[in-house]
Amino acid sequence: MKIRLIQICHGRSGDKGDTANVGLIARKQEYYPIIRKYVTAERVKQHYAGLVLGSVERFELPNIWALNFLLHNALGGGGTKSLKNDAQGKTLAAALLKMEIDVDESITV
Amino acid sequence: MKEKIRIASGQGFWGDLLTAPIDQVTKGPIDYMMLDYLAEVTMSILQKQKRKDPRLGYAKDLVELMEQILTVCLEKNIKVITNGGGVNPTACSDAILAAAQKLGMKSLKIGVVLGDDILARIDEFLKEGIELRHMETGESLQSVRSRLESANVYFGAAPIVEALNRGAQIVITGRTTDTGLTLAPMIHEFGWSATDWDKLAAGTVAGHILECGGQSSGGNFSADWKSVPDLAHLGFPIAEAHPNGEVVITKHENTGGMVTLQTVKEQLVYEIGNPEEYITPDCVADFTSIQLEQEGTDRVRVFGVKGKPATDQYKVSMSYLDGYTAFSTLTYSWPDAIEKARKADAMLQSRLADLHLELDEYRSEFLGYNSCHGAIANPPLDPSEVVLRVGVRSRHYASVERFGKEIAPLVLTGPPSVTGFAGGRPKPSEVVSYWPSLMPKSAVSSSVIIKEIAS
Repeated sequence: MKIRLIQICHGRSGDKGDTANVGLIARKQEYYPIIRKYVTAERVKQHYAGLVLGSVERFELPNIWALNFLLHNALGGGGTKSLKNDAQGKTLAAALLKMEIDVDESITV
Repeated sequence: MKEKIRIASGQGFWGDLLTAPIDQVTKGPIDYMMLDYLAEVTMSILQKQKRKDPRLGYAKDLVELMEQILTVCLEKNIKVITNGGGVNPTACSDAILAAAQKLGMKSLKIGVVLGDDILARIDEFLKEGIELRHMETGESLQSVRSRLESANVYFGAAPIVEALNRGAQIVITGRTTDTGLTLAPMIHEFGWSATDWDKLAAGTVAGHILECGGQSSGGNFSADWKSVPDLAHLGFPIAEAHPNGEVVITKHENTGGMVTLQTVKEQLVYEIGNPEEYITPDCVADFTSIQLEQEGTDRVRVFGVKGKPATDQYKVSMSYLDGYTAFSTLTYSWPDAIEKARKADAMLQSRLADLHLELDEYRSEFLGYNSCHGAIANPPLDPSEVVLRVGVRSRHYASVERFGKEIAPLVLTGPPSVTGFAGGRPKPSEVVSYWPSLMPKSAVSSSVIIKEIAS
C-alpha cells in the first residue's frame, strides 16, 4: 500500500551552518519499524533532489520513534550568506512529509 | 536540599515574545528563569555595536525586561540566568544595576561570567599551535583571519554555578551554551558532582527542551498545529527538576499552548546531529536514552537519560565578514502571474549581465509558488499572484548596490500588473559567516565577578 509520510509522521527541521537537520517522528510506535525500513538515507537524498546538494546521513532514535537526517550542502551556504528564502531549512521537514512510500506491510493509518 | 526546583524558559532567541518572561514570573511559581538571546551570528552583530560604542554589545531588550520584572523576581526569590551579556557582560550588568538603583532597590547581587571573548588572543593561540581550524571542513583559519569579527568560547554550566554559589540573584554571561543556563541551577541546588555524567546529561536534555522557548509547548508544532489551544497566549515551558535527574516539562496553568509527548519530541530532534553524542562542555548526552511519559495534562516526565564524560575541548564560535547581499521582491498578478515573474527574472539577469557586475551569486525564487520546496513543490496551475524574490551576493559593495538600482525599472519596462515595490532601492547588507572550531579547555579559563548594591 502507498502511504504519504504525513499520514504516519510529524517532524521538525533546522540548521547548523550549511547543513540542515530533519527529525522525522512516527505518530505511533507501530509506525517506527516502517519508517526505519523504508525511509532510508538514499531514499531521502533522492526525494530532496535539487534541494539538497550534498550527502544525507541518517541516525536512529527508537526511544522516541524518530529518525534524524543530516542534509549536507542544503541551505545555499547557510547563515547570513544564503540567498534562499528558507535559509535555515525550517520548511524541509514539511517537504519530507510529502514523500510517498510503498509498504508491503498492512498498517492502519 | 530542595525536593524540586522549577526552571522556566523566558526567551528562546533575541527577538522572542516579549511578554513570555513576564508571564513566567507572574502567572505561577518558579525558582529560576533562563533567557537565551544568542544565536550563531548574534555575537558578530553585538561586536559591531560595541565597536561603535564601547558601552553597547549586549541584548538591550534584557535591560528593559529586567526593569519590568526585577521587583517581582526579588519578591518571589526568582533567580534569572541569561547569556544576554553578549560581547559585553560587564556593561550589561552595569546597566541592570543602574536600573535596579533607579527602582530604589537596596540590595542586589549580580554574577558576571567573563573570559569567553578570545578575539584579542587569537594570534597568541595560533603561536602556541592552537590552530582553530574550521571544525567541519578542516580549513586553516588563515583564510579568514584578517576578517574576523568575533571569537568566543562556549562555556558550560560551571561558571554560572560558581556565580549562584556566591549568592548571585541574576547571572549575566557572554557566550554560554544554551543548555548550561538550565543545567547550572540544578548543579547548584542539588550539589551534583562534575563527573555525575547521567545527571549532567539529564539537566542538559532539559536545557535542550527549554532553549527554544515556546517550541516545546505548542509553538511551531507540526503533528497537529490546529489542535493547540490559545496559541496567542502561548505559555512557555517550565522544567521541574528533581535531585535524581528526573525532570517534568510543564507550563503555567491558564496559559495557552500544550505540553505533550509530541511537542516535546519535536523539540528533542530540533537541530541535533548524532543523537548518541550531543556534545556540550559539561558532558556528552545520549539522546537515544531519553524516556518520556505523559504523567498528566501538560506534564511530560523525562527520565532514564544517560551521559558520557565531557571532552577536553571547548567549542569556539567565530564570525568573519564575507561580502554583501541585497534582496528585493516584486508581485505579479493573474493572468499569467508565473510567466510574468519568470520573464522579469530573465530580463533582470540579462540587464545585470550587460552591466558586467562582479556578482558571486544570483538567486531568484517564486514565493507562493515553489520557494520552500523547489523541485518537489506542487505549485498552483494558475496562481492569482506570484512574488518574485531576487537576491545577490558579492565581495564588492558597489556591485550589490548597483543591482539594487535595477529592480524599480522592471515595473515600467517589464511585464504588466506588477506591484509591491515599496521602500526604495534595496541596500547592501554585510554577510557575516560563521567559523566553528575547537580548542583545548586548558587554554582558557572563565572568571566570575559579583557586582552588588549593598545597603
